[in-house]
Amino acid sequence: MTAKRVSYTLDSSLQSVNTAEETAQLLAAKAGFDEDNCLRISMAVREAAVNAVLHGNAYDPSKKMTIAFENTGRALVITVTDEGRGLDVSKVPDPTTPENLLKQSGRGIFLMRSFMDEVRIRLLAPGTEITMVKNVSGPAEHHKEASK
Amino acid sequence: MSMKSITRQVNGITIVDLSGRITLGEGSVVLRDLVRDLVTKGQRKILLNLGDVTYIDSSGIGELVSAFTTVRNQGGELKLLNLTKKVHDLLQITKLYTVFDVKDDEATAVAAFK
Repeated sequence: MTAKRVSYTLDSSLQSVNTAEETAQLLAAKAGFDEDNCLRISMAVREAAVNAVLHGNAYDPSKKMTIAFENTGRALVITVTDEGRGLDVSKVPDPTTPENLLKQSGRGIFLMRSFMDEVRIRLLAPGTEITMVKNVSGPAEHHKEASK
Repeated sequence: MSMKSITRQVNGITIVDLSGRITLGEGSVVLRDLVRDLVTKGQRKILLNLGDVTYIDSSGIGELVSAFTTVRNQGGELKLLNLTKKVHDLLQITKLYTVFDVKDDEATAVAAFK
């Protein structure tokens, strides 16, 4: 992979969620990820985009979602930003505990964390920024390299 | 591809063959309306055939959970049939695999209803 960054500013719509997912799939394949990882990356991006458009911007046409893809050579780093009221991640319950298992919603961040090697959530003023990292050679290899 | 559904009856069991994507928006709304409509009509033994479902997101998972609880709260049963690997893995990750009664074979699934 060679270092490259692209960024898109999208409306707060379902169409934008689909665009984000399809772009992620395309760029992940271009970055050399296999089919399973391309799917994991695109699903994580879809969840982040849903979070931005639905929970963050609440479909407000005056608010935008920004999505940036950076290919660092070692990882694909994806940042999704909204202009909403901000997500307090400490208030998001674990959807896999018995009391939450049958809840209809609340699995988006859990899925992002399941599919990506690293997920960071930062409150902006206003808005939320979700940064997701998928290492080219998997988390173990990346940590080994990082500790050298 | 948006979600499509075909509903049929086998030995008193309502089988819904779903295909396409169950995602936020059209797919999840179609599934919600479909299950509510079946329950309203008194059909309480429902088998969702997910064999041709190509993609499901967290909203789609939420709709499956909602369908399950809606039917159960009416004293009925909802089972899942023919999970693709993608859907199977998603239900495993979210720990929902053990919540749903999942079958691989239609005849076995139909016979499993009480």
